[in-house]
Amino acid sequence: MLDKTGIAKRIAKEIKDGYYVNLGIGIPTLVANYIPADMDVVLQSENGLLGMGPFPFEGEEDADLINAGKQTITMLPGSAIFDSAMSFGMIRARKVNLTILGAMEVSENGDIANWKIPGKMVKGMGGAMDLVASAENIIVAMQHVNKAGESKLLPQCTLPLTGVNCVKKIVTELAVLDVLPGGGFKLLERAPGISVEEIKNATVGKLIIEGEIPEMEI
Amino acid sequence: MNKVFKNADDAIHDVTDRMTLLLGGFGLCGLPENCITAIVKKGVSELTCISNNAGVDDFGIGLMLKQRQVKKMIASYVGENAEFERQLLSGELEVELIPQGTLATRCMAAGYGMPAIFTPAGIGTEVAIGKEVRSFNGKDYLMEMAFDADFAIVKAWKGDTMGNLIYRATARNFNPVMAMAGKITIAEVEELVEPGELDPDQIHTPGIYVHRIFEGVDYEKRIEQRTVAPPKLSPEARS
Repeated sequence: MLDKTGIAKRIAKEIKDGYYVNLGIGIPTLVANYIPADMDVVLQSENGLLGMGPFPFEGEEDADLINAGKQTITMLPGSAIFDSAMSFGMIRARKVNLTILGAMEVSENGDIANWKIPGKMVKGMGGAMDLVASAENIIVAMQHVNKAGESKLLPQCTLPLTGVNCVKKIVTELAVLDVLPGGGFKLLERAPGISVEEIKNATVGKLIIEGEIPEMEI
Repeated sequence: MNKVFKNADDAIHDVTDRMTLLLGGFGLCGLPENCITAIVKKGVSELTCISNNAGVDDFGIGLMLKQRQVKKMIASYVGENAEFERQLLSGELEVELIPQGTLATRCMAAGYGMPAIFTPAGIGTEVAIGKEVRSFNGKDYLMEMAFDADFAIVKAWKGDTMGNLIYRATARNFNPVMAMAGKITIAEVEELVEPGELDPDQIHTPGIYVHRIFEGVDYEKRIEQRTVAPPKLSPEARS
């Protein structure tokens, strides 16, 4: 089974040289730590920055320079600043190659729910609805089951949707799965020490298993 | 043409009850701090505020919420604010949550003189309820209307007396698009200079969009999430 770092490391392998990538809050943020140093990858922060750098050293924080999670960050040589309309313009126009975000539920046809639990305090969707509606390639980083032990990979989402037919790939602590265009979670890889049976038991939506399923390399 | 006002109190003198305000900023970054303080002092109420966030309990729009000055909040993300949560759950505050890109682009549309935009954000979700859907090249889009706000209140780094504005780093965020979208736009700047002192090639908001400008004072520029890297190790410490 993978921990959060493991999930981030596995997702980092999906990033290609030259990609512009938007990372969501939580596990996706950790992915930045595992992008190979010899790759040119530019991180987009939707509050208006391309070329997001690491956290500043203590004493060098700049209140005018934050990421979409409102954390103090730095810029890199070649960074660019722009306003919020242009930021979502480049997202809508599919200039961003890959979006990585968390989810509460994903359905077998690629619907995603990650912004609202009815009856609880609602914080809002932020930029998630814009990102999932437009991104060409969306990878979801999440736990396979929720805190109550229920599967988050479902035939249909039960929570209010963030977007429909959009998720392409899911990486959990148990497995890597593709969401097929015709519907269904196709099992691609098992986490170290996890059996196909364990993945089956944790997946309520349609799971497609073809041939031997390799253990993932991290 | 005189756009220069003495301070925030003067610049917002005609903001009155039940008006709609666009307020720049993302989180606590790039907030028109002086104008917010002046609006709190003036005590106007039943405002509709359009801003990406609602501040925190004791900073930003949170200060206006605390004084019960806000009737309706239109935002994309409103976490991190206990008073906001209390007013929402008690029904005192009306809240409309909209996608962040939709928020930005509805401002842009107003500033570009376009009545509406089409965006795929929210298709198939509760955001789409009651809205017109149009299909272009086989993909569905929601029609979202340009904002119609009485005032846009923004914060820039530098400005000149003609109203030209330059923002700094990610404090730019919603400020330029909101500056374009108000019937009356008020800009507060950290440094107000004479015409000719700003390079025309570097202007982010042309002064035609800005009706009032003043040099703000005492910027707190609070940091919401102070995150730092591990300390730099000296070569000796490394070995």
